[in-house]
Order: sequence, then C-alpha cells, then structure tokens
Amino acid sequence: MLTFKNRDILSIKEFTKEEILHVLKVASALKKKPQPKLLDGYVLGSCFFEPSTRTRLSFETAMQRLGGKVIGFADPNVTSTKKGETLYDSIKIISQYADVIAMRHPLEGAARRAAEASEKPIINGGDGANQHPSQTFLDLLSIQETQKKLENLSIAFVGDLKYGRTVHSLAQALCHFNSRVYCVAPEMLQMPEYILDEFKLSRIKFSLHSELEPILPKVDILYMTRIQAERFGDPAEYEKVKNAYVLTAAMLKGVKSNLKILHPLPRVNEVAPDVDATPYAYYFQEAENGLYVREALFGLVLGKF
Amino acid sequence: MTPQELLVSAIKDGTVIDHITAGRALKIIRVLRLPDHKKVVTVGLNLPSRAMGHKDLIKVEGRELTPEEANEVALLAPEASINIIKNYKVTKKFKVQIPQTIERVVVCPNPKCITNFERMTTLFSVKRYGTVIKLSCKYCEKIFEQEEIKDYNL
Repeated sequence: MLTFKNRDILSIKEFTKEEILHVLKVASALKKKPQPKLLDGYVLGSCFFEPSTRTRLSFETAMQRLGGKVIGFADPNVTSTKKGETLYDSIKIISQYADVIAMRHPLEGAARRAAEASEKPIINGGDGANQHPSQTFLDLLSIQETQKKLENLSIAFVGDLKYGRTVHSLAQALCHFNSRVYCVAPEMLQMPEYILDEFKLSRIKFSLHSELEPILPKVDILYMTRIQAERFGDPAEYEKVKNAYVLTAAMLKGVKSNLKILHPLPRVNEVAPDVDATPYAYYFQEAENGLYVREALFGLVLGKF
Repeated sequence: MTPQELLVSAIKDGTVIDHITAGRALKIIRVLRLPDHKKVVTVGLNLPSRAMGHKDLIKVEGRELTPEEANEVALLAPEASINIIKNYKVTKKFKVQIPQTIERVVVCPNPKCITNFERMTTLFSVKRYGTVIKLSCKYCEKIFEQEEIKDYNL
C-alpha cells in the first residue's frame, strides 16, 4: 500500500516507479472528475521567495479548485526575510498556520531545509537550479497521455541542458522507463556529467548531438527548452547560442505521427508560433496538466487518496 | 635515533596520525580542533617517507581519537594510519576509512547551496565510482569530487 500522507515532495529522485505511476493515476482521475469539496477546510501556504507566474498560480488554483483556501506571498520583500529572518524560522511559523506549503526559493536545497522546519508537508516548486518535481510529474502525465505509455519511448531534450532543472528532473525520472534519450545542445550547454552517470547506471541508451534536424524523425517526444540569457556572464557567449535551435512547422515534415512537442514554458523564440497549429504541439495542454498534478499532490500528502 | 624521531618526539599516551598526504596536516589539525586541545600536539610536515615520498605526521598527547574522528581524517588523507599509544607502545594500529556519510565537516562548494546561507549542519553521502570518491550534498543534491572540496567547517 502506497502512502503519501504527510510526505514532503522535494526531489523526483525520491520516488519509485510505482509511486510516480500512482501520482499520475490520481492526477488523471482528478482531470476526468473534479473534486471541488475534497480539501474543504484546508489551507495552503504559498511561499514564493522567487518570482513565478505559472507555478504559483497553478498551485494556488489547484488548492482552490479542491475547496481549500490559500495564504502566502509572491514577493519575499514583504516578509521578514528582508529583516534577516532565516528560512528555517519563516517556515516554522508559516507551518503553524497552513496544512501544506508549496514553495519556491532561489537557493538550492531550500525546500529540504524548509522540510526540516515544518511538521506539515512541503511541496518544492523549484529550488534554484536543483529540483522542480511537480513539473516532472506534469511532464510525465503529458507523455503518458499522448503516447499511452511511458516505457520504451525516444525522447530528445533540446536547448539548455546544462542549467535547466526541468530537464535534469525529467531525465532522472526517465531512468525508470527504459527511454532512448537524445541530448541536443551547444557543447557549452550539454547535459551535465552527473545526469549522464545516472543514465549509465540505469542502462539508459543516450547520445549527444549538436544538430536538431537529423534527430527529429527519430523521436516520440521533443522536449524543447529556452536558452536562458541570465545564465551567461558574457553577453557575447549568449549571442552565439541564443538562436541555436528554432523549431518551425516546416521542420516537422517527416516526423513520427505520434510526435508531441513539450516545453516547460516560457518560450522565447525556440518554438515558432506556426508550430502551435500543428498536431504535434502539446505545450499548452502540458501546462494545464500542472493543475491536475498539483491537485493530486495536495490530495495525496493530505491523506485523501 | 633517526633524524625523523629527533624532529617529532615520542609521546607517552595518545594518538599518532601517520602517513598523512603531505600538506594536509594543518587542515586535519583544524578539522579535529586540536588547537583547543590542552596538551601537547606535535606536527611534522614533509617528512621523508619510503612509501609516499613525503608525508605529514601528527602526534596528539593524552587523547585517543574516536573512530568518527579518524573517519574525518580519511576525507583529507585517505592513506593515513592511526596509532594508539599507551606507555610509549603502539597498542592499536588501523587505517582510516571513508565513512558512508560526512556530517558538519565539509563546506558545500556550491555557492548557491542553502547550507552556505543558513546556520545549519551540512551532510554529504559518499559515493564510490570505481576508485573515484565523490560526495553528494543532501541539500543541493550536487555531486563533488574530493579535489573540489576547498573549505571545512572548523
């Protein structure tokens, strides 16, 4: 019997394959049949120490759609953090007001530290470049929904594979599903060595590429990412790679009929607007899935499933 | 009497940490907080060694290192050996071993790790990739090779 009650959701690495599949099953069920009274009387502490639009709004909407209420902040400048209060103390207090906390923080490991302070479950909505597990669950739900399975799929990660936390978390989760992984990136932004080590340990077949077009006909899932200007110290280096991969509708001739394009969003110019109208685009539905996955996580850690 | 023994005198009771990688003794002294030790601590740096070329050596009068302390030494000097001395005689001799986890001692090299911003204890798990030893931070989840560890909590 799987139990998620009072569990912190900090890192995708802490979930077994069975547990991942259970989260996806609950999320799919909530997508089909909303439960507007499930969390009546519960309060979410929404603690965003770093700006976020999609993630914060989808956590808050998820709680409200299950009948719960939301307290919190979207700007740490309005909290005692500005006065020098430690994260530990801030979370200790907030956990006395809320039943569950969803948080984002610019420092890596912040969610785990918060979990040490809180007796209520913490859901990590992103800690620096480290983990963003609810994003991984929604990516997996989108893959499962469109491909009718998770096992034995070919997946290309494209863009900034070095710094993208959503890429790292999804890559780690795919180690459970015998994927074939193509890493498409400029050399300076290739997949970090520690992720490649995990592929090797899990016997995941992978290859590194700098050209996107030869890979397109081979894959079931194309996971596009933004090249993040803020990661580059030298603007000239960013200029060299910023337009490295621009996917257009014209490039999609000859792809597999089941191909779906995912993107954690926001996009800049790496997916041209003319791709939106193709049957391959799935990034907007993927973002919507965030709502059901976060509803599922709240329901699970509060002991409702 | 060899020149080496002249440089580093014998102790009656205590611990000799021998075969320390040359250049690491001063860090070990800080990690083990030996400056706070009220009795004699003798240090030898760059002593000639048949097996290692050069080595460092520390003698601590009146204190027997615990296995946990010996393991802390292992991180800095994986080849080190510990000799427990009683009445000028070696009564126990063992090689240090790298533990499964390392608490407090290591400062996380990731400048964006929460442990470098809050007053808290660091915790690393030790992962072995063949002969290479890597440390994984419990908090930021980054993995480091030993050479990347620059600072220690003292």
